[in-house]
Amino acid sequence: MFGITAYGAYIPRSRLQKSAIADANAWFDASLRGLAKGERSVCNWDEDTITMAVEAGQDCLSVLDPGSVKQLYLASTTLPFLDRQNSVVVSQALNLGSRLRTMDISASQRSSTSALINLLDAEKAGEAALLIASEHRRTKCGSRQEMLWGDGAAALGVGSDGVIAEYLGSASYVTDFVDHYRGEDATLDYDWEERWVRDEGYLKSVPAAVNELLEQTGTQAADINHFVLPSDQARTPAVVAKALGINAEAVVDSHLQDCGVAGTAHALLLLASVLDQANSGELVLLAGFGQGADAILLRVTDALAQRRPGLGFNGALARRRVEQNYNRFLSFNNLVDREIGKRGELDKQSYLPAMHRHKDFLTGFVGGQCRSCGTIQIPRENYCVNPDCGALDSQDDYPMASKPGRVKTWTADRLTFDWNPPAYFGMVEFEGGGRLMMDFTEVEEGAIESGVAVTTHFRIKQFDNQRGFRKYFWKAIPAQQ
Amino acid sequence: MASGIKDKVVILGMGCSRFGERWDASPADLMSEAFEECIADAGIGKDRIEAAWFGAGIDAFNVGPSALPLSVALRLPNIPVTKVENMCATGTEAFRGAVYAVASGACDIALALGVEKLKDVGYGGLPQRTRGVENDMYWPNLSAPGSFAQLASGYRAKHGVDKGDLKRAMAHISVKSHANGAKNPKAHLRREITEEQAMNAPYIAEPIGLFDCCGVSDGSACAIVTTPEIARQLGKSDLVSVKALQLAASNGNEASFGDWDGSYLKTTRIAAQRAYNEAGIKHPRAEISMTEVHDCFSITELVTMEDLQLADEGQAVRDVLNGDFDAGGRIPCQIDGGLKCFGHPIGASGLRMIYENYLQFLGRAGDRQMADPRLALNHNLGGFPHQNICSISIIGRYE
Repeated sequence: MFGITAYGAYIPRSRLQKSAIADANAWFDASLRGLAKGERSVCNWDEDTITMAVEAGQDCLSVLDPGSVKQLYLASTTLPFLDRQNSVVVSQALNLGSRLRTMDISASQRSSTSALINLLDAEKAGEAALLIASEHRRTKCGSRQEMLWGDGAAALGVGSDGVIAEYLGSASYVTDFVDHYRGEDATLDYDWEERWVRDEGYLKSVPAAVNELLEQTGTQAADINHFVLPSDQARTPAVVAKALGINAEAVVDSHLQDCGVAGTAHALLLLASVLDQANSGELVLLAGFGQGADAILLRVTDALAQRRPGLGFNGALARRRVEQNYNRFLSFNNLVDREIGKRGELDKQSYLPAMHRHKDFLTGFVGGQCRSCGTIQIPRENYCVNPDCGALDSQDDYPMASKPGRVKTWTADRLTFDWNPPAYFGMVEFEGGGRLMMDFTEVEEGAIESGVAVTTHFRIKQFDNQRGFRKYFWKAIPAQQ
Repeated sequence: MASGIKDKVVILGMGCSRFGERWDASPADLMSEAFEECIADAGIGKDRIEAAWFGAGIDAFNVGPSALPLSVALRLPNIPVTKVENMCATGTEAFRGAVYAVASGACDIALALGVEKLKDVGYGGLPQRTRGVENDMYWPNLSAPGSFAQLASGYRAKHGVDKGDLKRAMAHISVKSHANGAKNPKAHLRREITEEQAMNAPYIAEPIGLFDCCGVSDGSACAIVTTPEIARQLGKSDLVSVKALQLAASNGNEASFGDWDGSYLKTTRIAAQRAYNEAGIKHPRAEISMTEVHDCFSITELVTMEDLQLADEGQAVRDVLNGDFDAGGRIPCQIDGGLKCFGHPIGASGLRMIYENYLQFLGRAGDRQMADPRLALNHNLGGFPHQNICSISIIGRYE
């Protein structure tokens, strides 16, 4: 049996209230009030497509053996780097080693489903793969997209060990139907009228792929238990389902009012939402739309019940923080030229040889354990830090990304430059050993105190806007947030 | 066992510029202001100085690198000049170089000068700067108050001190230093404040508020040192000598190993004990007349009282609130206003402390003159509580 072996999800904790978007913009477009129900997920300043992909990947690896992963695909249309393979950064942060194939797949809202078909059709290779889709799309202020889109990531394991959803077949239909686009020099999308996109796009492309798949697999539309069609048009999935003869109850909720459409990641996020509750034997039809359509048919197996991840879609959705501040959202997305103060002007050059020397520590959060005395230390240095030991070159790699810790000392710094002041940081002591003075993120006022439990997360450390670079490192988050 | 530095070197003259927002003054202006006072006090010509140690902490924002800024500013006669930088211990480090040179017999008369020109940077607080290519990749972007504020969380956790009580003791420290600084004509901040003002000021880094922070100042201080014999030959009586000069640098233990709880300064404890040994001090509380400690933030002064053995562990809040370190208390601390109000031009601070000792010993401290001080302890801390350089000097009457 071949198919999906694991899944994971990540949704940024911050949920911008749509009423805040409407309050700021309805003066020029009163129709925004009609969309202002619920909330959407938004990246923190230190989150992007890569960091969300790492989080979703970690969730997926809670049930998947990292050592088995031989391929990593990253699907996104908002990759932070145009030339620096983003999937390599993700693979190193996930400590997947150096002997695997990595690939970035982009340029369409169905890049995730196309990548999935590619991996599922590679059954003969028999290699376990990890597919992560992640998206952090920027939108114009006061646009419909700003209301309807969200940020998020999802991950799928593909292989033959521990199949939770068996692969039954796929079909694709391609056509250069341009409902929206983003050219080489543009940062924001340009889009066309919804009704045309529905009638000439969804309603033609999706049936073209789905009907072929149903025919090819001998499946009746009415037998589909879960129909995933990511769309920022609230009623379109149901309209398409009806046209296909799929039962209305099978249409999977798009989560427009509590998450927002996370671009190419949304197909996999919605699949994760299905897998959070699906039962053995149920049929899942996963579609992707964008310059045509992909359709994938899966059958849930008995194994699913034993292979649900730590977080999943529901867990990621439930872990939230209400954001009422529209200006902060604009600032984090570089949509306003915000005052950063002279302290923010310090040159942020990244010295690549130094970064490369320390990549295991910086990207993988790998410390050292002394062979002579057992002391765990991060970062590793030449000499063991234990004053009673001091052995030279005695440390073995000691991955610490998943180690829980506790706050030893901390502060909330309002003087230093930070995109989201105050800057929280402090000394973290890790379970089993090792300590580090490190940044905290996602801290709500009053949530940090000496002794508070924290977990560590891969985040953006700093932007070098002068050169278009960004540095990543690990930060601590209070465990209950 | 080394004999140590005690009484081998005396101060021939000292000088200190006015500290503050010296918009008018270049680094060279500050240096000559301190130096002219110093050389007049020493009563010698510039040509008698055989070597100089030059301290400046934050090169990029003021004087620039190397020995040249000092040598050029003072038109020194091509003597050896050594530039030193050891963060906030820089001034003491310059002094240590000059003192050791004289003690070794390598020269008879040496100059130590520290300077910092911070106020050209365009904002309050210390200049934002790189911590080095590799450190910048993972260190938090911590400000000075952000790093020292953590002492408060560590101290509260260890001793179970109430947040409000600790904040009140911190406020008391600042109120005391402002009262002292108001009496010092060279001080940066010369206005008295109330405990309520200190308690209610906006947070800079929790729980450090505006009045818990020292002044960031322009300024310079210097000393000319020689041997007791030469000082006497030059007609000096009432000599002031060096009793101890110690430095302790972190080695990563606090930052990366398990036995430091964040509530105290490990290097201060080490340097203090070494300094007491070097000076032959057995009972610090009975023998030390005054301290000038590194009160970059009020919380630093509070824990330092314990680290110097001047308060029992866990009792500094009580002792501070009891007024033990006020001008009229058992061991006055920052009688000149301290970093808090005299100001903190990084490279000059260690020498500014010694300057105050010197004035007090010679009865020249004006409105803030203490009655019969015998021994003074000065303490600097450069860096962060979890990784730092501590310098301690003990200065006293040459008896």
